[in-house]
Amino acid sequence: MEKDNQFPQWEVFIQIKNGTPHEHAGSVHASDKKMALQNARDIYTRRNEGRSLWVVKTDDIAATSAEEEAEFFDPAEDKIYRTPNFYKMPKGSTNI
Amino acid sequence: MNEEQKLNQFQARIDADEKIEPRDWMPDGYRKTLIRQMSQHAHSEVIGMQPEGNWVLRAPSLRAKKILLAKIQDEGGHGLYLYSATETLGIDRTEMIEQLQQGNAKYSSVFNYPTLNWADIGAIGWLVDGAAIVNQTMLAKCSYGPYSRAMLRICKEEGFHQRQGYEIMGKMMTGTQAQREMAQDAMNRWWWPALMMFGPHDSESAHSQESMKWKIKVESNDKLRQRFVNRTVEQAHHIGLTVPDPLLSYNKETLNWSFGPINWDEFWSIVKGNGPCNEQRMSHHIKYHNEGAWVREAALAFEENLTKKQTVSI
Repeated sequence: MEKDNQFPQWEVFIQIKNGTPHEHAGSVHASDKKMALQNARDIYTRRNEGRSLWVVKTDDIAATSAEEEAEFFDPAEDKIYRTPNFYKMPKGSTNI
Repeated sequence: MNEEQKLNQFQARIDADEKIEPRDWMPDGYRKTLIRQMSQHAHSEVIGMQPEGNWVLRAPSLRAKKILLAKIQDEGGHGLYLYSATETLGIDRTEMIEQLQQGNAKYSSVFNYPTLNWADIGAIGWLVDGAAIVNQTMLAKCSYGPYSRAMLRICKEEGFHQRQGYEIMGKMMTGTQAQREMAQDAMNRWWWPALMMFGPHDSESAHSQESMKWKIKVESNDKLRQRFVNRTVEQAHHIGLTVPDPLLSYNKETLNWSFGPINWDEFWSIVKGNGPCNEQRMSHHIKYHNEGAWVREAALAFEENLTKKQTVSI
């Protein structure tokens, strides 16, 4: 018999309640989208933890790596003028 | 950066209580220890369904059967969370299952004892899941992010497992003489195996030191075992059960229940495969795994057809 097949891996994102973002919960194995959603429901939301699920094939996710973290994110480092606290407000001004 | 610098930086992150994530650099030993421990944990959840499954068709009421089914489904789910968390370390589930079936990966020895009567279902929930919760609450603080997150989820769900077990025991202890004897018999058989679940004494534990340094474990086997004993002895007495240990006594100075020696010969004998159910557990797993092969093939063939037609919708 050829190597046992456990199906492709999918990453699972759960929206816990209305208005909140979908958050990563873990992964499942499934042969197609429908099975991936059903498995995700059975594995990650047995106690009503979700109201919406996303699944996406793990292979289709592009991610940064820890090694390139510093280099990748450093363009943002010297731009503190993007935050409100960088600015000095005229003395005595309020509601700003 | 050379290896030594990387290692130092890694240790500094651990010491600062940072979580290590899948794509971060980690020493080979850290990865290997986690794969061994997490896959063993996953296998334990999956094999742990068998002793309980033995009683689904003989549960004494519809309520009891629904609860038992839900608990077993949780164990399956916990196995899958843990396989999923282990896969983040670069091993796939197929390989983990092969290791289990070929005897190269272990599962918790406690599941190699048989479930002889209904009270065993109570004793497993209360004692075995109770011990597992003590251990898993500690593991939720471990340094590897995906393992820690899986443990948090599992601990949240397992509260019900322990409570339903204690409920069964409490109910039987207020029943007939025969029911009380049955509960005590289950207590006698499961008490020591539950204590063994925490593993060898700290002085004998092969992997402990390194695991503590890397915060894969944050408390020692003996400390966790003592915590479990302290909690559980009082619960036993509360419902009139006797703890099967003539040396059990309360130490007013340490505020601990001290207990007699654990039979480590029995423990190691079961680890080596000579427990009452080792063979049955593995042959059952292999049989149903193989019998499900056609379902997996059919699901893949179905997916290929879907892709051809390009009409995927749910």
